[in-house]
Amino acid sequence: MKKKALATMLVVSMAAAGLAGCGGGGTETTAAPTEAAAAEDDATEAAAEDDAEEAAAPAADGELIRVGIINNDPNESGYRTANDADLKAMFTEENGYDASFAYSLKNDEQITAAQKFIQDEVDYLLLSAADTSGWDSVLQDAQDAGIGVILFDRTIDASEDLYLASIVSDMDKEGETAVNWLADQGLDEYNIIHIQGVMGSAAQQGRTGALDAKVAAEDNWNLVTQQTAEWNSEKAQQIVQSVIDAGTEFNVIYAENDDMAKGAVAALDKANISHGVGKDVIIMGFDCNKWALEELLAQNWNYDGQCNPFQASYIDEVIKKVESGEEITEKTIILEEKGFDATTITEEDVEKYGI
Amino acid sequence: MKVKNKQIFIPLAALLLLALFNLAMDPSFFKISLGNNSAGDPVLTGYLMTILDYGSEVAILAIGMTLVTAACGGQDISVGAAVAIAGSVILRVLVGQGGDGTLQAPIIVAFLIACVVAMLFGAFNGVLVAIFNIQPMVATLILYTAGRSIAAWINNNELPIVTDQTFTYFGGFIPGIPVPTPFFLAVVCVVLILLALKFTNLGLYTQAVGINASSSRLNGLNPTFIKWLSFVILGLCVAVVGLIKTSRLSTINYSVIAKDIEMDAILAVALGGNALSGGKFNIMASILGAYVIQFLTTTLYKFNVSSDALPAYKAVVVIILVVISAPAVKDKLAAYGKKWKKQKEVG
Repeated sequence: MKKKALATMLVVSMAAAGLAGCGGGGTETTAAPTEAAAAEDDATEAAAEDDAEEAAAPAADGELIRVGIINNDPNESGYRTANDADLKAMFTEENGYDASFAYSLKNDEQITAAQKFIQDEVDYLLLSAADTSGWDSVLQDAQDAGIGVILFDRTIDASEDLYLASIVSDMDKEGETAVNWLADQGLDEYNIIHIQGVMGSAAQQGRTGALDAKVAAEDNWNLVTQQTAEWNSEKAQQIVQSVIDAGTEFNVIYAENDDMAKGAVAALDKANISHGVGKDVIIMGFDCNKWALEELLAQNWNYDGQCNPFQASYIDEVIKKVESGEEITEKTIILEEKGFDATTITEEDVEKYGI
Repeated sequence: MKVKNKQIFIPLAALLLLALFNLAMDPSFFKISLGNNSAGDPVLTGYLMTILDYGSEVAILAIGMTLVTAACGGQDISVGAAVAIAGSVILRVLVGQGGDGTLQAPIIVAFLIACVVAMLFGAFNGVLVAIFNIQPMVATLILYTAGRSIAAWINNNELPIVTDQTFTYFGGFIPGIPVPTPFFLAVVCVVLILLALKFTNLGLYTQAVGINASSSRLNGLNPTFIKWLSFVILGLCVAVVGLIKTSRLSTINYSVIAKDIEMDAILAVALGGNALSGGKFNIMASILGAYVIQFLTTTLYKFNVSSDALPAYKAVVVIILVVISAPAVKDKLAAYGKKWKKQKEVG
């Protein structure tokens, strides 16, 4: 009987371990939209674009530009939903486009969709690939057919010659923007609770890297605790609760996504520790969920870093350049990503950038 | 010496060990202070209150899990996913779709609907186990896999946020009462189940079915119904935990809410000295086990153990427990005990 019990427990713990192993991917559904953006992010050498907010000029009269858009399933995450809505809003007939959409989280289905678009003789193929490999031959076909390929959100393992441009996020820069903002606050001493995402994800590495470097460089920057809460608000709540119970002093919470910041704030509220603009503890989050930006607007939080899902205007710009015969000089275009400060954020920002 | 033979000895010993360890390392662990939360209401804070607060979730689940274990000789591994479903239902009823966070229905209605839904999912597991005789862990693997997707589907993958303050009471504090509400909810659940065990034959029948289902059937019991019932009761426990969990943050995250809580619930049953292969059980021992697990978790957090390493420590506890309670080791220990006693008498 006991042997059976032991075997049962072992099976359970193994199952748990196995699932924990794939946890990083699983959380993407809701907690970590940023991971998707950063799935492939090897392109840091390129210069950042500055004119992100440029309004799209309506296309010249005459024929519509036909685009085939291959994206991941919009239900995958809030990030993806916002990304898809942004594309749909941009590639309309009013803006001079005739757009067709195909969604899949599977690479082979995406490739089939790409082949169909090539047969339909679209002018441009916009691609957010589910997987990095396997695209060479189909992109070659596209090139032979004279179709311009633009990658957005994710890069692929293929020769740069096969596509016009690649539009991606820079996670390291997201971390730097946030840390620079924190340094600008001019506190005498920084005692930081650092709550990390799933270890090893691109979003975690970028956002942790900048903070670690700063803490190592400055004498008055200390990490009170550095723990992973795996994008999980409940875990974040317990981690912060533990620091409060220990009576350790801290004045900054640096959470690598909005959910974890929310959990941390719940623990602070319970202990009557004030937080937000001009209060005892500075709250920092990432991803710019709409509800998080509303917390900023109410000055309960101090900072929220963006992981930009709004790539349509960049794509539009590339297409406009190509149509007018200009040369695309930079293959890799880094998305401009803002950091919002509670003292300067406006209602319009919440509406425009909230996902 | 008598207490050693009692089931509750194991969790008590573990609790004592943890308490002594913390006393030796840092006595301030036991400090409880009365303060105010940000709403200005009095609250007790300190590590012990944290244990009482978070341990209550596992304690509530341990009630149902003990019954399932006793009756079926297996465990339900889908409770975490079921908590996500229950929580999702509560939010769906409370704020509806695309709502602005204000309450569309009384909280009690949302909770009762969640109870019904959670019991239905429990009944589904129960049917697979009791009628189709599928091994419980395999049967509940279905819901374990699908549950979180179902939870997301219920709210159309949106993340509703409840703005109403009264909703936060269930996972926090009721104004004026400084003890966390989850503890009271756990007490209510425990009292209800103890009353049920005292005034009905539930306990006796469950044990009988767990020890030998066919002989209990020959004695006029209905093992199918008893097994099925244990899953439905667990469903009710799941709904209560779903309420606490969603109330804590006034929202839900389908992929991580109550993640791995089934492991803690099963561990609580094991720590309570209940045979995981079914039969005799002691609910109070399981509940004590649940608080011991939270005691361990909180201790590890206090010593800044990385949160992704926590399961490893819990695994060590499981191994020690199972080894200690193995018959071979028990006999050996008993023999040593006798020898030592004899020597003392001689000396």
